[in-house]
Amino acid sequence: MCSLPVPREPLRRVAVTGGTHGNEMSGVYLAQHWLQAPAELQRLSFSAVPVLANPAATAACRRYVDHDLNRAFTSSFLNSRPTPDDPYEVTRARELNQLLGPKASGRAFDFVLDLHNTTANMGTCLIAKSSHEVFAMHLCRHLQLQYPELSCQVFLCQRSGEESYNLDSVAKNGLALELGPQPQGVLRADIFSRMRTLVATVLDFIELFNQGTAFPAFEMEAYRPVGIVDFPRTDAGNLAGTVHPQLQDRDFQPLQPSAPIFQMFSGEDLLYDGESTVYPVFINEAAYYEKGIAFVQTEKFTFTVPAMPVLNPAPSPAS
Amino acid sequence: MTSCHIAEEPIKKVAIFGGTHGNELTGVFLVKHWLENGAEIQRTGLEVKPFITNPRAVKKCTRYIDCDLNRIFDLENLGKKMSEDLPYEVRRAQEIYHLFGPKDGEDSYDVIFDLHNTTSNMGCTLILEDSRNNFLIQMFHYIKTSLAPLPCYVYLIEHPSLKYATTRSIAKYPVGIEVGPQPQGVLRADILDQMRKMIKHALDFIHHFNEGKEFPPCAIEVYKIIEKVDYPRDENGEIAAVIHPNLQDQDWKPLHPGDPMFLTLDGKTMPLGGDCTVYPVFVNEAAYYEKKEAFAKTTKLMLNAKSIRCSVH
Repeated sequence: MCSLPVPREPLRRVAVTGGTHGNEMSGVYLAQHWLQAPAELQRLSFSAVPVLANPAATAACRRYVDHDLNRAFTSSFLNSRPTPDDPYEVTRARELNQLLGPKASGRAFDFVLDLHNTTANMGTCLIAKSSHEVFAMHLCRHLQLQYPELSCQVFLCQRSGEESYNLDSVAKNGLALELGPQPQGVLRADIFSRMRTLVATVLDFIELFNQGTAFPAFEMEAYRPVGIVDFPRTDAGNLAGTVHPQLQDRDFQPLQPSAPIFQMFSGEDLLYDGESTVYPVFINEAAYYEKGIAFVQTEKFTFTVPAMPVLNPAPSPAS
Repeated sequence: MTSCHIAEEPIKKVAIFGGTHGNELTGVFLVKHWLENGAEIQRTGLEVKPFITNPRAVKKCTRYIDCDLNRIFDLENLGKKMSEDLPYEVRRAQEIYHLFGPKDGEDSYDVIFDLHNTTSNMGCTLILEDSRNNFLIQMFHYIKTSLAPLPCYVYLIEHPSLKYATTRSIAKYPVGIEVGPQPQGVLRADILDQMRKMIKHALDFIHHFNEGKEFPPCAIEVYKIIEKVDYPRDENGEIAAVIHPNLQDQDWKPLHPGDPMFLTLDGKTMPLGGDCTVYPVFVNEAAYYEKKEAFAKTTKLMLNAKSIRCSVH
């Protein structure tokens, strides 16, 4: 596992990516807006670069054209020899790796913020790789403190031993904002506005860090995946039921053994047969039906985040 | 006065269409379930056929392959010479027309229920195409009464230019069933339950009617389409404003002149103009961005139906 050190220099090269999935509209519209009017992404010590990550999928208002772009950033995809038959998103991932990476190199961007929506009732979810990402953890804490009314939950997605595959992993530090519930292809004003405000606060945090603000150690609570549960299916692989009304919309709430999780079309309830309490997330996410995921089981845990090194305040870059 | 009723022929054949839009999952899965086990939709003396109208779109979990199946059941498209070059949905429309139509044909289907979902907060909605269809007004009155206190709204799409050529329009009694909000590609248990209840009451009504029950004159409140409103767009045709938070999720609620309607990306509120209160529906429906419809304005009115009784009794 490659744990990148905490930044010791100001973060200068920052990007905000929208439209990684072309039908998650908050990020699509924000990226398109900033490409025309980038002023709100500027701070004293840096300017964030807006990127429309998946233009072809955005134009078609689909999640992806050939392959999920947010699964295409493994070294296997990024480093294998290009061929004319490569899926659109594999070629695009390599382009983004050139632009924002190369992944795991000294030349990679300092920070990438990737914008997503979910059909699940996940509210304001902050997705980082792991608890070892000290900078990202302090950033999450900052967002939680700035917006207590949002109850931002932190989801640490990387399973141990597994290589990262998502877009923000190409940079030295990264975070994804996952806001829901919002249907695919729909732009809701409330979620759009919240995403925009959160992006501004992320950039404000980077500016605070660059200006030498101290961020002391603290205790953080987060959720990490322990498994996935698929929908009940027929022998042919079709759905045989759907998420039970008592589980629907209850992301981040405890699920106890023997609680109902699915309702079959023929009427019966299927009960959770796990042995311990889990915290389901991504409950009934549209894009996960094809991945065989009705919900992701997580466990809640607490850990200490060490203080960040205090920088000498950054001079403004020469214009 | 009591014997002044419309004598209608008994209903013989009913179809229930799912998957007209392949990513509106409630209808897809209800129909698939009933194709395996149709007990719930059987009624004595009635043939009820569940049917997936757009199987290729269902397989891809997309609204359509080439063009919207629910807009092309007009004479021109139905009359085109069959060829591999025709859009998939046009070929499919012709197949469906031959299986279930034509209207008033000997073996045609009398009633077609077409099952849909919307991302809009429209709850349980019945869609009516003809304001003088006594039988359907009576059916809708029965469904609304049976569902109460769960609200059920009636959307009347009768309009000289805005009415569209639906899949169900090939039947004498076309019924649109629209339940939301549900994202495309998602199947919610609560929405499934609501749609299931609507179908149950509809089939019960037909059964009671066939058994000779007289339905006295009734009236229902309907929302009739006036016009469609597009998103404000910039010079490149891109959306420049979003449905205002005060209008979002407020389908069927009155929108008065001066009330917020859109919010620009710069934070400016755009209010409803004119001098009439309207009732918005299909507010922020995902599939309507490409059809340039942010919402539809409707007006509320009462429709009356005469008493009806099956002519066989």
